[in-house]
Amino acid sequence: MIAEPPGRATSDTTGEPPDLRATGLRLGYDKLVVVDDLEVAIPPGRITVIVGANACGKSTLLQALARLLPPRAGAVELDGRSIQSMPTRQVARRIGILPQSPVAPAGLTVIDLVTRGRAPHQNWWRQWSTTDERAVHEALTATDMLELAHRPVDELSGGQRQRAWIAMSIAQGTPVLLLDEPTTFLDLAHQIDVLDLVVDLNRQEHRTVVMVLHDLNQASRYADHLIAMKAGRIVAQGAPAEVITTELVEQVFDLDCRITVDPVTGTPMIIPVGRHHRAGTTPLAVA
Amino acid sequence: MALLELSTEAGRATFRLGRGAVSGVVSVRVLVVTTVLAVATFGVFCLGVATGDYPISVTDVVPALFGVGDSGTLLVVNELRLPRVLVGLLVGAAFGISGAVFQTMTRNPLASPDMIGVIAGAQTAVVAGIVLGFGAGLGTQALGLLGALVAALAVYVLAWGRGATGYRIVLVGIGVAWMCTSATDYLIAKALPFEAQKAVGWLVGSLNERGWQHVRPIGLALAVLVPATLLLSRWLRTLQLGEAVATGLGTHVARAQLALLVTAVGLAAFGTAAAGPILFVALIAPQIAQRLAAVAAPPLLVSALTGSLIVLTGDLIARHVLPDDHLPVGVVTGVLGAPVLLWLLARANRTGSGG
Repeated sequence: MIAEPPGRATSDTTGEPPDLRATGLRLGYDKLVVVDDLEVAIPPGRITVIVGANACGKSTLLQALARLLPPRAGAVELDGRSIQSMPTRQVARRIGILPQSPVAPAGLTVIDLVTRGRAPHQNWWRQWSTTDERAVHEALTATDMLELAHRPVDELSGGQRQRAWIAMSIAQGTPVLLLDEPTTFLDLAHQIDVLDLVVDLNRQEHRTVVMVLHDLNQASRYADHLIAMKAGRIVAQGAPAEVITTELVEQVFDLDCRITVDPVTGTPMIIPVGRHHRAGTTPLAVA
Repeated sequence: MALLELSTEAGRATFRLGRGAVSGVVSVRVLVVTTVLAVATFGVFCLGVATGDYPISVTDVVPALFGVGDSGTLLVVNELRLPRVLVGLLVGAAFGISGAVFQTMTRNPLASPDMIGVIAGAQTAVVAGIVLGFGAGLGTQALGLLGALVAALAVYVLAWGRGATGYRIVLVGIGVAWMCTSATDYLIAKALPFEAQKAVGWLVGSLNERGWQHVRPIGLALAVLVPATLLLSRWLRTLQLGEAVATGLGTHVARAQLALLVTAVGLAAFGTAAAGPILFVALIAPQIAQRLAAVAAPPLLVSALTGSLIVLTGDLIARHVLPDDHLPVGVVTGVLGAPVLLWLLARANRTGSGG
């Protein structure tokens, strides 16, 4: 167990709301251009979810927003400055990124991993300030990982492991948090667990969240702002209730579906039709 | 807040000095292991000084190190024994740290400088110097450094620069190592008998006939490279989580990798130039250190002490087993290191992660 350090935590997420946007963005790998001439502005203080079929450029866009992938043309701007021209450490105090399925070295304990999230706030003589200690404690508390703090990450279950990585990103204390498919390889209960945690971070700590999700129903339930991409372009964006239509799902995912209302949240819920159930099935209530 | 705050909890010692201006966390176990290894290394160091044709009792060694004793003992200690043992100490430390940096950066225990061609590159350059007679003015140190840098550059360009995985670096590195070894063999085959014998003798890795002229270059190199590597080790902590996470945490990945690569190559090259390629030390010292310290990456100082302890103990064994044949220490570390390599390979296969 980690004793609670004295004093109130100084959240790094207060202050000016982050302004993250991309203009004229062209992205690609080697000779392949994946995204071309894309414009996007991330609404501050909200949860934005990017959806789209495989290879539509959604992860590529997220990587560019996190300066992991330098743009071929155009720029990603944070508070009016190109993130490529900013010192990477300075960006790391404003934007946190959790890549898809990160791997912790064997034997690394949860607390050691979460402590490394403080790297952008440390220098070589100040490696464990009281602020660091508080941030790590808060991150472990928020993710319910206090009791597992001294366990090696590679010995945890998939859900616990993902919570440990999210705790590292929380400890980084950035106003913007980018998550690349944070629910991949988790069972349904743990997927909801992680997504609820993301909502906590947004509602309680006012963090701006951008995440890539595969599941359209989860996306429309958890997103304040939905971005649908196809072939490197943004096809539609806005509140899920306004954006999700049968035409859009057909266009973006090449999928025939019905749309109903999620009985729990009232958000749109997508029901795929599929090849075997087309004929003779009573259509459900169409939104 | 007090001037110095100390607290320990679950094996982690926290310290804050001068109102939190300086602070850090260290594992209590790492501190204990470091102390024990330092004492053990000093013990073997003294035994190494005591051992030889002119026996000196261990109780006379420590005063002699501080210049106290009869003139005969002082002469033997200062002129004959001390350089040899000091070279062993420094070379072991250099190989240990170099291996720890490579293994942590690539996240692969097999990616040590003796496996991925860095030491083989130094070897080829030094043998070329001996055999072809060129670069006599350059000296062994410069040639070793040049060869190691060229080999490391080849591995970097072929595997690393493309965001490679640790496994790819190992495979490309083994290829580069074999190319260097072939070139070395060719040079020896072409050489005159006397030079060939000299080259082969050097190639095994030995502390025989080491004098102060061997101590100075590696001593100077370590005085510069060890503090530099310790300063850069902060970046190892983020690089170890993968390039994407490291960038996200504000590490300039390309710059950090290059700086660490240069210091690690430098350490391996100066070590090789001083004592020849003492096999397996750079590979196994960090792995033993990591297990002793029970942490997720080989700690640099523990790896250095483990490396020194392996080389000094190996040399002591070599001198006790065959006292008259001047058995090179490289033979001992080779014999002892091979099983450890097999064990690492078996483990890498089982976990399927290359380590």
